[in-house]
Order: sequence, then C-alpha cells, then structure tokens
Amino acid sequence: MRSRYFPPSLAADPVPMRDIRLLDQMFLPGTLIGPFTNANPGLGGVCTFVGEVRFDDGVEALELTHYEPLTLPGMHALADRAFARFTLMGLLMVHRVGMMRPGEPIVCVSAAALHRRDAIDAVDFCMDHLKSAAWFWKREKRAGEWHWIEPREQDHSDLARWQG
Amino acid sequence: MIRVVYLGKLADIAGKPESQFGASDGELDWPDLVEVLRNHVNPAISEAVEDSRTRVAVNGELLADKTYLVAKHGDEVALLPPVSGG
Repeated sequence: MRSRYFPPSLAADPVPMRDIRLLDQMFLPGTLIGPFTNANPGLGGVCTFVGEVRFDDGVEALELTHYEPLTLPGMHALADRAFARFTLMGLLMVHRVGMMRPGEPIVCVSAAALHRRDAIDAVDFCMDHLKSAAWFWKREKRAGEWHWIEPREQDHSDLARWQG
Repeated sequence: MIRVVYLGKLADIAGKPESQFGASDGELDWPDLVEVLRNHVNPAISEAVEDSRTRVAVNGELLADKTYLVAKHGDEVALLPPVSGG
C-alpha cells in the first residue's frame, strides 16, 4: 500500500504571517521567536534582532511613551512596506512601551523568508525605521532626574540607506 | 470640548498630559490653538508647538500642514514633538 504524502508547501498557510505588538510589560524574546519560527513552516531562513536597554553610564531607567492612535498603526504601515519590499513569509515586530531597566529587552524583530537576504534585510529595514521614524518618545533617568532623548543624526543617516 | 494631548516633552512643558478647550463658535483653527495655549496653559508650550518639527494629528490622522488645522467639538488633537525613536 502506498503511503500518502503531502508536501509541506501544500500544508503551509499562503497568507503571510504577521505579529505586530506593543507590550507594556517585560517580555522574553525567546518565548516569541520559537512560536514565530514554527508558524512559518517551509522557511529557508529566519533572522532575529533583539534590542536591549544599554547599561550607559548613570542610566537607571528608560521610559518610552507612545500615542495609541498613531504608534501601532505606524508599525503596521512599516510592516506593509517591509512585505512590499522584501519577499517574506512572516514578520514579527514587538516593541516595549513604559518603564524599563538596563538589560531589559526593548524591541524584537524577526523575519522569516525562503532566502536569507530577504530575512536579514527586512529586519535591518524595520529596525532603521523603528529607530528613527516610529512614534515613540524616550526619556532616561540619570541620578534621579528624567531627561528627554532628542533625535540623533545617526538615526536619520541610517534611514537614508533605504531611500533612492 | 476639544481634547488636546501633549506627547513627549510637550507634556513636561505644558505641565500636564492633556487639556480640554471649548471654542465659542465650535471650531478651533491653528492660530486659535496657539493663542489658547499661550493664554490658558503657558507661553512656552505655544512656542514649542510652533516649532517646525512639531507635528499635529487630529483623531489619529497626521496633518501634512498643521496650520490647516480645524478642530471641532469632540475632536482629539495630538501635539507631537520630534520622535526619539524606538
């Protein structure tokens, strides 16, 4: 008797998998990346970036504020652009808001694709745009005092990499 | 009433996260808003919103040019300073 075989490509969901979230509590990137990878059967590569709050001298805490009507829709619009620009199977984009301590994860972007270049470039693209153009305002606490963080020139030059 | 939300350091400058303003004829345009902020909040916030880098959204829609603002009763106007990024 012949065994029945279903190729994985037929079982895979043809709709790109997208998981875009804002979280106001500490998260463990590992608990997101495993399920995300499993949700993209047949992938050729997955690339993940995790950003953490740096141990900069004297920084006791970092606070990120956002504006609900703009921030999450803005992340979805960025995901739309990533899907349009790269050949992706899935995209995970998770960003913290609220109060964080040095060493805590602040952002996790993971892209799954058939080919590595799409996965790696999509993560790089999303990170450059999150760093410079996403609707977040940051302030850090040093010696018990809060200081707003102004936009950095570097963030704008990072963005310019993707223009033209 | 029109709800005005101050984001980022604008909340520090205003000294509060938001304000509610009434408009005698039901509408508030950009010069009205700048004046209301100067007279009813403080001069520093009205200067900060006039900074060319400060953007404005009405009910979650970003205005291409904030000077075309027309806010009506029940609207939420967000004042958005330059982002510091994620």
